[in-house]
Amino acid sequence: MDQTAELSYALDTFYFLVTGALVMWMAAGFTMLEAGLVRAKNTAEILTKNVGLYSIACIMYMLCGYGIMYGDGLNSFIPSIGMLGGDDNTAADVLAGGDDAPYYSNLSDFFFQVVFVATAMSIVSGAVAERMKLWAFLAFAVVLTGFIYPIQGYWKWGGGFLDEMGFLDFAGSGVVHMTGAAAALAGVLLLGARKGKYTADGRINAIPGCNLPLATLGMFILWFGWFGFNGGSELKVSDVGEANAVARVFVNTNTAAAGGLIAALLIARFSFGKADLTMALNGALAGLVAITAEPLTPTPLMATLIGGVGGLIVVFSIVGLDRLKIDDPVGAISVHGVVGIWGLLAVLLTNPEAKLSAQLLGIIVIFSWVFLASLLVWAVIKAIMGIRVGAEEEYEGVDMSECGLEAYPEFTQGIPSGGPGMSAQQLAASAMPTLGEPSKSSS
Amino acid sequence: MKLITAIIKPFKLDEVRQVVSDLGVNGVTVTEAKGFGRQKGHTELYRGAEYVVDFLPKMKVELAVDDDIAEQVVEAIVNTARTGKIGDGKIFISDLQQAVRIRTGETGAQAV
Repeated sequence: MDQTAELSYALDTFYFLVTGALVMWMAAGFTMLEAGLVRAKNTAEILTKNVGLYSIACIMYMLCGYGIMYGDGLNSFIPSIGMLGGDDNTAADVLAGGDDAPYYSNLSDFFFQVVFVATAMSIVSGAVAERMKLWAFLAFAVVLTGFIYPIQGYWKWGGGFLDEMGFLDFAGSGVVHMTGAAAALAGVLLLGARKGKYTADGRINAIPGCNLPLATLGMFILWFGWFGFNGGSELKVSDVGEANAVARVFVNTNTAAAGGLIAALLIARFSFGKADLTMALNGALAGLVAITAEPLTPTPLMATLIGGVGGLIVVFSIVGLDRLKIDDPVGAISVHGVVGIWGLLAVLLTNPEAKLSAQLLGIIVIFSWVFLASLLVWAVIKAIMGIRVGAEEEYEGVDMSECGLEAYPEFTQGIPSGGPGMSAQQLAASAMPTLGEPSKSSS
Repeated sequence: MKLITAIIKPFKLDEVRQVVSDLGVNGVTVTEAKGFGRQKGHTELYRGAEYVVDFLPKMKVELAVDDDIAEQVVEAIVNTARTGKIGDGKIFISDLQQAVRIRTGETGAQAV
């Protein structure tokens, strides 16, 4: 019997760690999606933002975020602050049995949670892409991952007042996705649109992404990682009931993404006349966000419909935000914010325990908190160091101005080393002689 | 008639185009150019290694205009393209002997 209990503990811990690792890989998904949807001259910078924010999230959440979110808390509104530490569970705790007996390692819980906060921050980077200063963004990442996210997380998953009121959010349509989108929206409003996106007479210009194969790969990586995101949020797999639940969550997550993709593809086909790939990618992600608040209770057919409605909403939301001149290069605010709200409301369709009042209150509280706190932080950063690059840097691409290198030096405008239309050979021969020589001698 | 050749920073092109068309200039020819002036290029760092950029990218904007607006156009380009920082570019003005509009055969002031 003891051995069975220990084995279950090991299995659930293992499941938690593996699904956490799947969610970690979503960082790669966001990175590729964003790298594909920005222009070539801004690619290296968006990659730098993504690797930077992931690492900042890991460190800040370890230092204080986890303690805020899952600490004891002063009351149901005000969390406490604490650093990650303390002993893990002993075999005696596990074998004691009863409802309070731990069934997974404490550190596996930390690991699973830390990759979620990184996901929330990843959402922000796409929306502010191509014009925000790198270091202003990373400074914001410190505050969001260390404080803003964990505080609202405490209100729900940490057992705070939203949880007590019966607000339901299984894997984080609100706590993770809408949070990222609200922070992104605040940033975009203070930052303004990319130059050339909207003309003085009100026309909207398309600014196509540079690499749709990468964007597609990013979407599939996110889809893959989402099995960990939703599947792991079941928290347990080691008995028949839980194993079945996990399987249900996997199936629903998968089919919701499919529903979202097909819905967005069809709507794009009928509204724009063309099968717009980027909308289909956003549609799949919208389906995933939509099912995240409740992937367990719907039937697979219902999950497909919930995802499909997400895919429908996201197309109209992206077009609508563009009309409002809210420039979001990758559609992050629509995918994670607008559809996140839909996901939280869709809980009411299948979960008999859900209450409309609690869902609405959760949406309002989380959105208001994250939006207002982020707006304040962005404004402070703007006052201290500025959040937007200069017009000349934006024209030349933030790769050169922020990182001093380019993702595709042979294909971009070749600024400043090469000129437009110069071949790589000419570039190497004429513009970068001192760079060319040392690399030859060293090889 | 005058031929105005302005070498400007690339990111100023849209603004310059707008301001000269507001002055009634009917056509502009733009070439992506590279060059250096007194600044003689500059150095950049790549993975810690310094390298010299000899020729900086610029836009060469050519406009043929009637004598009576030439001064205005030049002034407008200067005001628009100036950032005050090194590398703002130059404007060359030369007399233009003749202009021909190919489709109609018009010449002189009618052609520009």
